[in-house]
Amino acid sequence: MPERAPDFVYVIYVAAEPATVWNALIDRKLTQAYWGHFNVSDWKRGSRWEHVRSDGGGAVDLVGRVLEIDPPRRMTLSWAWPKDEADADLHTKVTFEIELVGPQSRLTVTHSDLVAGSDMDRGIRGGWPAVLSNMKSLIEAGRVMTPEIWAHP
Amino acid sequence: MTDVFRALADESRRSLLDALFARGGQSLGELSAGLPTMSRQAVTKHLAILEAANLVSVRWRGREKLHYLNPVPIGEIVRRWVGKFEDARIEALTDFKAQVEETEKRRA
Repeated sequence: MPERAPDFVYVIYVAAEPATVWNALIDRKLTQAYWGHFNVSDWKRGSRWEHVRSDGGGAVDLVGRVLEIDPPRRMTLSWAWPKDEADADLHTKVTFEIELVGPQSRLTVTHSDLVAGSDMDRGIRGGWPAVLSNMKSLIEAGRVMTPEIWAHP
Repeated sequence: MTDVFRALADESRRSLLDALFARGGQSLGELSAGLPTMSRQAVTKHLAILEAANLVSVRWRGREKLHYLNPVPIGEIVRRWVGKFEDARIEALTDFKAQVEETEKRRA
């Protein structure tokens, strides 16, 4: 049976090697700079990962498991609010794929298994484009948007 | 960026983006059926232009090509004139191995 089609497919081209883009997904300093969070895990298949606010408060905003990992090409994470961790029906899935296209890396982020109209659905619609363009800007130009864009309500 | 403006400067292509904003993951057949004023050939041509401008992303499901709205390049344009930037030059990029070791050290 074919897999359910993803809900969103985001693509960004970054003038850097795939390994650099890969590191930007997991590196503490980099994710802090462009995402306002640390992605914390030992990055092994089956391991837990957490999306932790890097403002010093340590609040965990997302949790999940590393479902698949093949550096620096492909990684699939389950992706949920901490309050939904016990309810597998509410877990969404995010896949990162990095391919070299000429001199650039093409990063494709697919988000699947979202419940239409849910807070997660609404949150990621604005979230991914902002996160991805901030990552590109950091890698290519060494600058990011000021942290107000990550303000938590 | 020129590609993006060129791709957006056409009513038919904006209609295609509207259709994909309303529902992502549509095939050529579904998009054509939803836009009866456009020939299938025209939809194919406009999708190719949108794809080249990275405003439409695609996924294959078996032999079916599914289309998605990719608003990332539009966001990049908005960022250029909206919002404030700050310098965040990172001295050195740590490599994957070092990163994992650092995580394990923190756990230990």
